[in-house]
Amino acid sequence: MAPSKAIAGVWVLALLGGTAEAGGDMERGKSLYAARCGACHSIEENGAGPRHAHLIGRRAGTQPGFDYSPALRGSGIVWTAAALDRWLSNPNKLVPGNKMVVQLANDPLDRADLIAYLTAMPR
Amino acid sequence: MSESRLYSRRSLVTRAGQLTLSAGALALLAGNETLAAKKSAGDSSGDVAVLNVALGLEHEAIAAYQIGAESGLLQKPVLDVAVLFQSQHKAHRDALVATVEKLGGKAVMSMSADDYKKSIKLNVAGIRSQGDILMLAQRLELGAVNAYLGVIPAFGDRELAKIAGRLAADETMHYTALTQALGLPLPSAALSYGA
Repeated sequence: MAPSKAIAGVWVLALLGGTAEAGGDMERGKSLYAARCGACHSIEENGAGPRHAHLIGRRAGTQPGFDYSPALRGSGIVWTAAALDRWLSNPNKLVPGNKMVVQLANDPLDRADLIAYLTAMPR
Repeated sequence: MSESRLYSRRSLVTRAGQLTLSAGALALLAGNETLAAKKSAGDSSGDVAVLNVALGLEHEAIAAYQIGAESGLLQKPVLDVAVLFQSQHKAHRDALVATVEKLGGKAVMSMSADDYKKSIKLNVAGIRSQGDILMLAQRLELGAVNAYLGVIPAFGDRELAKIAGRLAADETMHYTALTQALGLPLPSAALSYGA
């Protein structure tokens, strides 16, 4: 994406309320995932946070072997791209009282790329 | 210094034998008696949970540097730097343990060395060279930088936010040194850490 187009995209997203655009950059998402999520998460195994394999379409709080907060377990959320976008923009706003207090994806373009990567993971 | 403050300091020093608090950890916690006093009246379970996640990352970093140091793959002066960084992670660990306990919480324990070696995240089986160890350390340090920066908004207490900021600064220094040791480019964009 050309810089001017990217900047225009950010402004449009800001005007629309900052929702991640569809069709993010999966490769950039992989890099962002490693840098920003990798301390607590991985695709393959639970750590400080749950693993992310088979994430899309999964009900929140149901990854086997991870000790979730009652708040997330009872949230009724099913992980879709739209739900992930709302979650990543501010996890505690979407599900108050959950354990994930980190805010590391304020930029809608970052979220779109992260979601593109997570969507490409095994289901 | 007030009597309660003196008592609090004395308790900390008395526990030093058990916790092996380093000078760095003591410095980090200096002045945080006010934090403990404020928190004692209220619910600090959320802050303790966040601090325990951070403590888990410090345990992991210590284990990773230990694996590197024992691998026989690190050459001087890289080995000395790895040992230095590990000692700083131990100081972070001690500071976090002390802070969790001051808030009335229970500090999470380290996993066993074998469990860290089996971890897919660390991928110890894939380590073949000094560069592999540096890459692993660099990846962990960057994750820690972002984790510490990412939790700052979550702390209602400015003292805890300050601690997270100081820890992030140490990790950033580690990440920068490791990046240069690997001959990789430094981040070209400003504000490349956190979000």
